[in-house]
Amino acid sequence: MSDHEYIPKSKVGKWFNDRLPLLTLANHLTDYPTPKNLNYWWTFGGILTFCLITQIITGIVLGMHYVAHADLAFQSVEHIMRDVNYGWLIRYVHANGASMFFLAVYIHIFRSLYYGSYKSPREVIWIIGMLIYFLMMATAFMGYVLPWGQMSFWGATVITNLFSAIPLVGESITNWLWGGYSVDNPTLTRFFSLHYLFPFLILGLVVLHIWALHVPGNNNPIGIDIKKPSKDTVPFHPYIVIKDAFALLIFLLIFAFFVFFSPNILGHADNYIEANPLVTPAHIVPEWYLLPFYAILRSVPDKLLGVIAMFAAIFVLVILPWLDTSKVRSTVFRPIYKQFYWFLVADVLILGYVGAMPAEGIYLLIARVATAYYFAHFLLILPFLGFKEKTTPLPLSITEPVLGGSPDMAMARDNSNYKEKL
Amino acid sequence: MRNSLKLAFFFILVSSLFFSKVHAAGEQHDLLEVDWSFKSFFGKFDRASLQRGYQVYTEVCASCHSLKHLSYRNLAEKGGPEFTELEAKAIASNFEVTDGPNSDGEMFERPAKLSDKFVMPYANVQEAIAANGGAYPPDMSVLVKARKGGANYIYSVLMGYEEPPEGMELDDGVYYNKYMYGNKIKMSSPLDEDIVEYSDGTKATVDQMAKDVTTFLQWTAEPHLETRHKLGFRVIIYLSVLTILVYFSMKKIWSRIETEV
Repeated sequence: MSDHEYIPKSKVGKWFNDRLPLLTLANHLTDYPTPKNLNYWWTFGGILTFCLITQIITGIVLGMHYVAHADLAFQSVEHIMRDVNYGWLIRYVHANGASMFFLAVYIHIFRSLYYGSYKSPREVIWIIGMLIYFLMMATAFMGYVLPWGQMSFWGATVITNLFSAIPLVGESITNWLWGGYSVDNPTLTRFFSLHYLFPFLILGLVVLHIWALHVPGNNNPIGIDIKKPSKDTVPFHPYIVIKDAFALLIFLLIFAFFVFFSPNILGHADNYIEANPLVTPAHIVPEWYLLPFYAILRSVPDKLLGVIAMFAAIFVLVILPWLDTSKVRSTVFRPIYKQFYWFLVADVLILGYVGAMPAEGIYLLIARVATAYYFAHFLLILPFLGFKEKTTPLPLSITEPVLGGSPDMAMARDNSNYKEKL
Repeated sequence: MRNSLKLAFFFILVSSLFFSKVHAAGEQHDLLEVDWSFKSFFGKFDRASLQRGYQVYTEVCASCHSLKHLSYRNLAEKGGPEFTELEAKAIASNFEVTDGPNSDGEMFERPAKLSDKFVMPYANVQEAIAANGGAYPPDMSVLVKARKGGANYIYSVLMGYEEPPEGMELDDGVYYNKYMYGNKIKMSSPLDEDIVEYSDGTKATVDQMAKDVTTFLQWTAEPHLETRHKLGFRVIIYLSVLTILVYFSMKKIWSRIETEV
């Protein structure tokens, strides 16, 4: 961790710190040298930590009033909304909090893609991050089942049915997941149990994510290695803390707007209809944050291959550090990759859009093209581009482009270019 | 500049995702739009309309549609129709509930109290279906939230009874409704002029009753809507002030470094 030895000033502090170096850790966290050119896209790590803690706290309170039983779940949610003091607030924060959590995580991931934060020496941070993302999706999916509305029930049916595509053992696995021969009370109770467990696994992984981050230190918008501490860095406290706090407050304003003034806009109306195994909703759609993967799943005509494609879509992200062969981290110095980056953003948004549409006609065609492009981006374009692309020259330090004082004319031009873009 | 363009593009795409509509089968008509008093940031319920809406519910809807998540005490609670406690007690006592077992081990009937849930029109779902020609009259507690379009949808369906278009064959007990999903509904038009007599002298037109009962159903779906709006406004003010303070603190702290925040 920190290079220098920290010695507490007080005797008690020293005594304690010799036995459990919590004060050394606190000192490391406050002093942690952070690149001073981090932009607002870097504030989402803090925002995500906030989201996780909010979900855990509101979730624990909801768990005190919720009843995980197929006959009582819907009613207990209404009990929370009507009779529990500020139950409506806690539930709306939790439900919208999930959406805000995913909004933040998508920005966080795309920030990493833009500035090459997944590249050496930060591959492990990235992989842990992908594990967190995967667990988040599982947790959110199971949480959506708990109110036992129509979308809960049918969403659970569709997603758990995917496992039946596995040859030979598929059906046994699906029955094992359900705890019976269809989605029913045993499914609900196990989903509740796991929905309560997973956030704590995520929390553990977040600690590892931050630990792994503090070994090489933060990447930065120009993606070059920096000396730490140096004039290129600032101590985490107060500089980054106050900036993260400011960004978090802006985020909270948006969050509060959803919670207080449109709490149901991100949900689906059908989920206020109690689950009924005999009535299938006209369109079964997952929550918005899972739509791109849903589109990939449905774009493949074969069920098993569709499931494989969906999981592969996440897996290509896990091995991304080795798919991207370019040594230059930041997109700022990769003119061609920059184009492809925005194509990918558009591609994922298009996938999300067609995921919400019925899988037929033009939508299915668009979904297929977008799915093919998604994989092409990671499996063909990225590996190839690393060898072929002519990158623009990198500055020697952060201070240099910030002050704009380079003796090299070409670099000075890039620098002004760089400033405009950040 | 280019970044802000990209951001704008991004948000347009994202919002189009959120608000994208899936087109349903059958003929779709745009819902009737009403300027509800409970919309907007400071939206509140029209108290008189809620009370009239309750009257329409009990006299017209309640014979088939339950409100199983509500209790009689809710009628006297703040932010709702705000009947006085005496009025709410009187309303409750009109209904009989089964209680027990008593000390002899027997169930008995008694008038409902404030703490009781609204009495259901049918003993169970099967009875409700059997009594309504095979269609279950949905529970109306959260109906407004359970339909795309919310209050406007409920109002539109109530106003949407028309003669079926040429060539459309309807079975017995099926009615044409302009706004209903698939345009077919198994409930006959529930509202007729002066089907209820409002005690406050308001003229009971179909439009008036549809508005009142929809307002009432918005409240049953969101009983804490007024508190939510009020608290939300305070939260936004608090966060805005704090954001401004933190912004200037940040500027001050970062002024020690030559980099701009």
